[in-house]
Amino acid sequence: MPLLDIDCISHAYGTQAVVRELSFQLETGQIACLLGASGCGKTTMLRLIAGFERPATGSIRLNGVTVADTNLHMPAEKRRIGMVFQDYALFPHLSIADNIGFGLHQKSTLEIRQRVDEMLDLIGLSNRGERYPHELSGGQQQRVALARALAPEPHLLLLDEPFSNLDIALRERLSLEVRDILKRAGMAAILVTHDQNEAFAVADVVGIMREGRIEQWDTPYNLYHRPATRHVADFVGQGVFISGEVLSRQSIKVELGILESDVPMECGTSCAECGRGCRLDVLLRPDDVIHDDASDVLAEVVAKSFRGAEFLYTLRLDSGAEVLSLVPSHHNHAIGEQIGIRLAVDHVVGFPNRQ
Amino acid sequence: MNYHWNWGIFLEPVKGGDETYLDWLLTGFGWTLAVSLSAWLMALMLGILVGTLRTTPSKPLAALAAAWVELFRNIPLLVQMFLWFFVVPELLPRELSLWVKQDMPAKEFITATLCLGLFTSSRVAEQVRAGIEALPSGQRMAGLALGFTLPQTYRHVLLPCALRMVVPPLTSEFMNVFKNSSVAFAIGVLELTFQARQMQEDSEQGIETFFAVTLLYFICAFTANRVMALIERRTRVPGQMAGQMAGHQTT
Repeated sequence: MPLLDIDCISHAYGTQAVVRELSFQLETGQIACLLGASGCGKTTMLRLIAGFERPATGSIRLNGVTVADTNLHMPAEKRRIGMVFQDYALFPHLSIADNIGFGLHQKSTLEIRQRVDEMLDLIGLSNRGERYPHELSGGQQQRVALARALAPEPHLLLLDEPFSNLDIALRERLSLEVRDILKRAGMAAILVTHDQNEAFAVADVVGIMREGRIEQWDTPYNLYHRPATRHVADFVGQGVFISGEVLSRQSIKVELGILESDVPMECGTSCAECGRGCRLDVLLRPDDVIHDDASDVLAEVVAKSFRGAEFLYTLRLDSGAEVLSLVPSHHNHAIGEQIGIRLAVDHVVGFPNRQ
Repeated sequence: MNYHWNWGIFLEPVKGGDETYLDWLLTGFGWTLAVSLSAWLMALMLGILVGTLRTTPSKPLAALAAAWVELFRNIPLLVQMFLWFFVVPELLPRELSLWVKQDMPAKEFITATLCLGLFTSSRVAEQVRAGIEALPSGQRMAGLALGFTLPQTYRHVLLPCALRMVVPPLTSEFMNVFKNSSVAFAIGVLELTFQARQMQEDSEQGIETFFAVTLLYFICAFTANRVMALIERRTRVPGQMAGQMAGHQTT
């Protein structure tokens, strides 16, 4: 039995459908992420799970108990679902220790103190319990918000854009820290974000959301290497599509050579029994295009961006098509130069030609 | 100008009595304090309740609270005094109406306090509502997500922050209560303004009289201001009011 079972949930604000027949499941201890552009319905989905909104259709089961369906709405305070907010929502009139102990109001003073100390340890702020929220940095406040949500031992933790108010360097460090804290606590969590780096750093499994639906629910690796739809391929990571001609179910010819796919390709509706001659757009990630001086395939450097360890080159092929290539940064080529390239595509991903 | 100055008038006996004019003014001052402080207490309790109800998710409660505010805020205070004093008793059941008109003790005082209290409660309610609405929406959700019911969330999260935030605007309302209490003279409460008019007619020393009255009102309002400033300093939400950050113990 999954810890959380979202079944066919829909929700609308007025006539505006925000979440459409959305389903997914979460196992105990698993960290999931809903990733999508703003307005895709991800925050609404989080509020539906937390109990701040009521779904129009579908049901939500937590630990085997139905917490929401068409006739039933368990109030938020009964669900034992912790929440961490974008602005942290710490209580400014309470000390850090009182903030963390807030959800433990039904316990004895001694139990509260023990749990608060435990949580302060967990987030590395042991000697700051007497401070007030405004005396802490943004990163520390976010960790306190996490500790406050974890203290009452909720069934599930929800995090709404938890790192978006932090600067980028801190964001990366804290996202790993948060993952570590959640894993140590064995806590199942759902993170909502529009930042894929954050999603990939924290989550075991990611749902790419678009217009109220989940387009793909998969591991970060598969989202990058085996995107299920063109939108997922576009949204996750960088890359370009170049046109290719299908030779057989597992091989396709593109301008840079013949690609062998490890799984049969699906060309889409126009040719269910995929035969020769069908045309597909093939996804090429920057790491699929390798710079190789020995190669006799040449491409012209039209743009480059320095990223420290590597350059991201934009290369123009003879046909005029452009591809991206990630090259170790000691290969410093000038714009306009012709450089040798070859393909190293582990996972061939093609979608029907967009007409 | 041939005004005859007489600053000693306050200690002179009133015409046809053994009190001094000072006694009159001090009695008036006492009633002013009694009306104002009772009305303020009532306004605070009702205002916090009504202001809170306006922010609840319950539509009927919020509508009721909104109607309350609009009713008491949009009618001039003087007209409200007359309504409570002359009109409302007529609308009561016959027995009660008779009792109110003939036998109710301290009728003027009770009517004035009720009227001023209700009028001020609508203004307090608006400040409280603004304070609650100024809080980030995450505060309410955070309280609920931590297992607090909505009333508990109001009690332990929203009101403690909102009420501290609205102390400065409430200061003005508190000062206004003293000043507005002067309207009670219109229905015959023997408060400061009433006594001043009486002393002016009786003694014909209008300038001295109103100088003293001005001073007494000023003392009331200024004391209210200082008391509220003290409350503001004592209850400040840590780190929320600019300019006083140094007041924190950082050791």
